[in-house]
Amino acid sequence: MAQEILSTDPYLARFNAAKAGLPGAGQSWLSELREEAAARFRDLGFPTQRHESWKYTPLKAMRGVSFGPAGGTGQAASLDRVPSLLAPLLPETQPPLRATLVGGVFRPDLSSLDALPAGATVDALGPLLEREPGALEPWLGRIAATGNDSGDQPLLALNTALFDDGLVIRLGKNVVLDSPLELTLLGPLGDEPTQLHPRILIVLEEGAQATLLEHHLGYGDAPVFHNGVSEIALSPNARLTHVKLQSAPSGTFHFATTHVTQDRDSFYDSFILNHGAALSRLETRVKLLGEGADCHLNGAYLLRDRQHGDITTAIDHQVPHCTSKEVVKGALDDRARGVFQGLIRVAPDAQKSDGRMLNKTLLLSDKAEIDTKPELEIFADDVQCAHGATAGEIDHHALFYLRSRGLPEARARSLMVEAFLTETVEELGAETFRPLLLERIRDWLGTRSLEEKAA
Amino acid sequence: MLEIKNLHATVDGAEILKGIDLTINAGEVHAIMGPNGSGKSTLSYVLSGREGYEMTEGSVLFKGKELLELEPEERAGEGLFLAFQYPVEIPGVPNTTFLKEAVNAVRKYRGESELDAMEFVKQLRAKTKELGVNPDFLKRAVNAGFSGGEKKRNEMLQMAMLEPSLCLLDETDSGLDIDALKAVAEGVNAMRGADRAMLVITHYQRLLTYIVPDKVHVLSKGRIIRSGGPELAQELEEKGYTESVEAA
Repeated sequence: MAQEILSTDPYLARFNAAKAGLPGAGQSWLSELREEAAARFRDLGFPTQRHESWKYTPLKAMRGVSFGPAGGTGQAASLDRVPSLLAPLLPETQPPLRATLVGGVFRPDLSSLDALPAGATVDALGPLLEREPGALEPWLGRIAATGNDSGDQPLLALNTALFDDGLVIRLGKNVVLDSPLELTLLGPLGDEPTQLHPRILIVLEEGAQATLLEHHLGYGDAPVFHNGVSEIALSPNARLTHVKLQSAPSGTFHFATTHVTQDRDSFYDSFILNHGAALSRLETRVKLLGEGADCHLNGAYLLRDRQHGDITTAIDHQVPHCTSKEVVKGALDDRARGVFQGLIRVAPDAQKSDGRMLNKTLLLSDKAEIDTKPELEIFADDVQCAHGATAGEIDHHALFYLRSRGLPEARARSLMVEAFLTETVEELGAETFRPLLLERIRDWLGTRSLEEKAA
Repeated sequence: MLEIKNLHATVDGAEILKGIDLTINAGEVHAIMGPNGSGKSTLSYVLSGREGYEMTEGSVLFKGKELLELEPEERAGEGLFLAFQYPVEIPGVPNTTFLKEAVNAVRKYRGESELDAMEFVKQLRAKTKELGVNPDFLKRAVNAGFSGGEKKRNEMLQMAMLEPSLCLLDETDSGLDIDALKAVAEGVNAMRGADRAMLVITHYQRLLTYIVPDKVHVLSKGRIIRSGGPELAQELEEKGYTESVEAA
């Protein structure tokens, strides 16, 4: 196996050159955080397949590409509008709340935040660090570090060292967003290989409630190294629905690390639809820190050609009486490769924990591959935990049944795939989003007719 | 309507059908009876186009076309309907969606305009009522968690909606209690007509009390060994298959 396939040098050089000008550079807590992160990144290096958690996701496709900083290109790009996924789902009188980043830079002109209720703020990260020094100190980098969970995550460290913009979403006590908030992250618009390290911080105070739709997309096929980090803190009784669509174009290497901490009785309901980028890894780590916390990590992956998509999750039951549920299903065509790694960890004192995890894959081609690794690490004795994983082809009996009723083979196949994936979409509590996700799935199935296979 | 000549067929290389001759005209109901392993189900699968069933000799003409050269969906479009012995469960596909797709696929094949949602629902409601099908069926996934009787009724509903010209009923009676059997028979009888033919494949005479055939054939070891009127079914019930088989 190749060693040290990607060099950290250009990134460390960039950090040293840029650090004095990064947002918040004047604040010692942040400078220290960045220095520590850079040092950690230097020590750890880019992940290789020798790291247990990266065994199935090699980064060799990124070798030899020199990704330059996005700089201000996102700020300068002229765009009339960025398509909204939510607008068609909402009545005309209720325009969606929007926050848009282009090339990693917040664009107020493409955002619409006037309708935010009192007690709710959505800010660009860079300017906020200058405007409210210290406000983010209790959160930024701290959520990810909770439970010493960041030690083996070089990409998290790299983001911490280099992030220059992003979003901060804060909801005060009992503040409820009636409308969903659409976060659109549009990739860089230039032709040059670009690296992005956007940082998103979401803090919901006690009893606050919000629904987010996070949409990653882009135009063109220039190489992009997207290394996003989100930190989410849910206070007691807070509820967050978080739907993420990863629809990046084919030149993108999309990495996203999400850390969630959940206090007592909070609820995190997440759904990931992963169908974009050449290579993607969506890693979610949840720490259940207060009794009664509930977490759903559901998702679907749709990959074809030579796409590689990795969904990695770790749910840490640290206290008793928490529940977690995870249903992740996918369809893989051509030579696509999927990876699912799910870990449920139950701490010694976390009695009455309930953790369930299921991964199912439909292989539409005999060249497609899935590596699935569900894991339970249970140190308590009075828990209910279960996991399962299956992979298989479309049921030939069902296919014949549908065809014998007149459905052309291509339609019979797509109907079967749609049915298979619909089951996971129905796990999402926020029913408003279900049609949106189903439409995406249908689009994917329709983009290339499966007739070629029938022939 | 259907003209089978000297049909030989193999499954996994083993010859199961060894020269079947059978002609069914429009308006007629034929029954094929026979012991287990006689080739009854193979015949229905060969006719409907299931993978792995290969014709090695002979010909099958359906309304003048070589049936076995058509894909399963084309056969459905031409008007062939197979009511399955074991209808397949398809979780996640709502029954209504499935029926609508099937009806419109077949209409499209026949050069008819597709039904819009309103017209489809109207027809579906009418047929559901006619067949005494529980409307809850429609909201559920295709056959998923259905009882044996419910699955067979669902087959009858599909048959009624697709308006085929030749219905193949493969052991539709197996595993049904008498009420379900009667309901299924009523569904079939309601569809009898001058333009439609039926081939009822069964192990038991019981079904033929309710669906009275014009002709009965006895299948044994891949050949039709006897043919006769409805009274043949009664005779088989009384004397069993052995005598016929030995006489042949």
